[in-house]
This record gives sequence, structure tokens and C-alpha cells, in this order.
Amino acid sequence: MELNVLSNRKVGIVSCSGEGIPEGTVCRLACRKVLGELKAHKTVTICLPLFIAGGEEERTFAKTFPTVTVDGCEKLCAAKATEMLSGKPAKSLVVSEILKKRGIAVPGKLRNFGDEEETAVNAVAEETAKAVDEVLGKG
Amino acid sequence: MDKKQKKVVVLPCSGIGKTFGSVARETAHELVESVRPGVTVLTCLPLLVINDPDARQLVTENPVITIDGCPKDCAKKSVESVGKKDFHTCRVVTFYSAHKDLKPEGVAPLNDAGLKLAKISAEELAATVDDLLKEEN
Repeated sequence: MELNVLSNRKVGIVSCSGEGIPEGTVCRLACRKVLGELKAHKTVTICLPLFIAGGEEERTFAKTFPTVTVDGCEKLCAAKATEMLSGKPAKSLVVSEILKKRGIAVPGKLRNFGDEEETAVNAVAEETAKAVDEVLGKG
Repeated sequence: MDKKQKKVVVLPCSGIGKTFGSVARETAHELVESVRPGVTVLTCLPLLVINDPDARQLVTENPVITIDGCPKDCAKKSVESVGKKDFHTCRVVTFYSAHKDLKPEGVAPLNDAGLKLAKISAEELAATVDDLLKEEN
């Protein structure tokens, strides 16, 4: 019962970690922003590989929380892994599509982001926060 | 006989919410971009979670180093999940235990101590990279 009440109020964010591509860094930083600032009390997260490495508790994540997946590229690791191993995401976002839609260049480096790259991070964070609101019924 | 030179695949944990996860990732970036560029390659750990054929081939055909942030050992277990048996594993806590003066804090960004710990960890992993390449090439 308590779990149901909690799950009604929180959205699970599953971020691709994309260690090998700049979009992955955008993804990760944007999701951190949503989790820590924009929707701090309405979101929870899980490390994506825990769907494989973790136990039953981790694999029921998407059943416990409606999820928003955020992927860096068209491989859609976060969306696919969540659906395959936990449960169908409520919404799936892709960094490259968000940046294209907003006319923002994809950052050219993996780390040490500055102001230019921050624009991309903020755009993805805003879209993710919007998706959280939509899942919670405020969109 | 022309033999394709192998590279060491570096796979950090994907820890999004923990400091040691960020140190793992930063260590991997340091190793691949600064300490052993050209002979190491980074790939996305979640590609193994979805069993991506290219990532699977990369990991099974090359020497691998995993860097985990917590005892859940996601990177190690993800590599094992694609059938790889013999590879080098390490945890951030091991490096931190050897450098207690560098207490990492924060997630994004890491504090200066965390960044320095990652740099030192990458330098310490350089010898492992060299050994793995010596065995393979």
C-alpha cells in the first residue's frame, strides 16, 4: 500500500550513461539536473546496468515507478533495457532528437563541459522535466 | 601474418547517482584520453545490457578492464553476461583506500580531490593496460 502511494507520486528516471559518446554525458548531466533540481522530490533513479547486475528489487523498478527513459543515441539502450528487463517506460526521450528539434549542436567532447555544452544539457533537462510532469498528469 | 592490433576496452560503471560512479567514469576518460590514448577504447556499458552485437564483439575479442564504483559490480557483471571470462576488474574504493587524502565528493561535478583520485587511478591502471597488450599483441 505504502509502495503504491509512493509510486503515484514519483517518476523513475532511467538514463543512458553513454560513456563512449558526448550525448551520453549530456544525458547523464541532464538527468542529474532533473533529479537534483528541477524535479528533486518527484523523481528517483536507478543505474541502468543494475537491471542485469542487481536483484529482483532492481528489476521491479519500472513496475514500481512509471519511468521516463532518456537515451543518448538511436541504440536506445535505456528504453530497450527498461522494457526488456523491468517494464515498459511511460515515456522515452532521445538526446539527439531533442537537440535536433531545438537546433542545438551536439557537444564534441566527452567531459569538461562549459557554457556551450550546458545549453544542450539544459535543453534535455527541460524536456525530461516536462515529461515527468506529463507522466504525473500535469502536462 | 598481418595481425590486427588489439586495444584494451575500458568499461566504467554507469553509476548515475553516486560519487564513486563518477570517479569510475572520470578514471576511464583519463585512461583513454590522456594516459593511454590510441591503445585503449571506451564503450558504453548499457550496450552490453541490451546485448548489442558490435559492443559484444568488441568486448569478447579484446582485453578488457572494468572499473566499478560500488560492490554491485555492474561493469564486471555486464561483461560476464556476454560470456567474457578472463578480464581485469577493479573498484574505485581500492584506489581510494590507497589515497585516503583524496576524498571524492559530488557527482556532477566531482570535487578536485575526486578528479585527482581519478587521474591517479588512471595512471596506476596504465601498467595493467601495458601488460594486457603485451599478452595480446
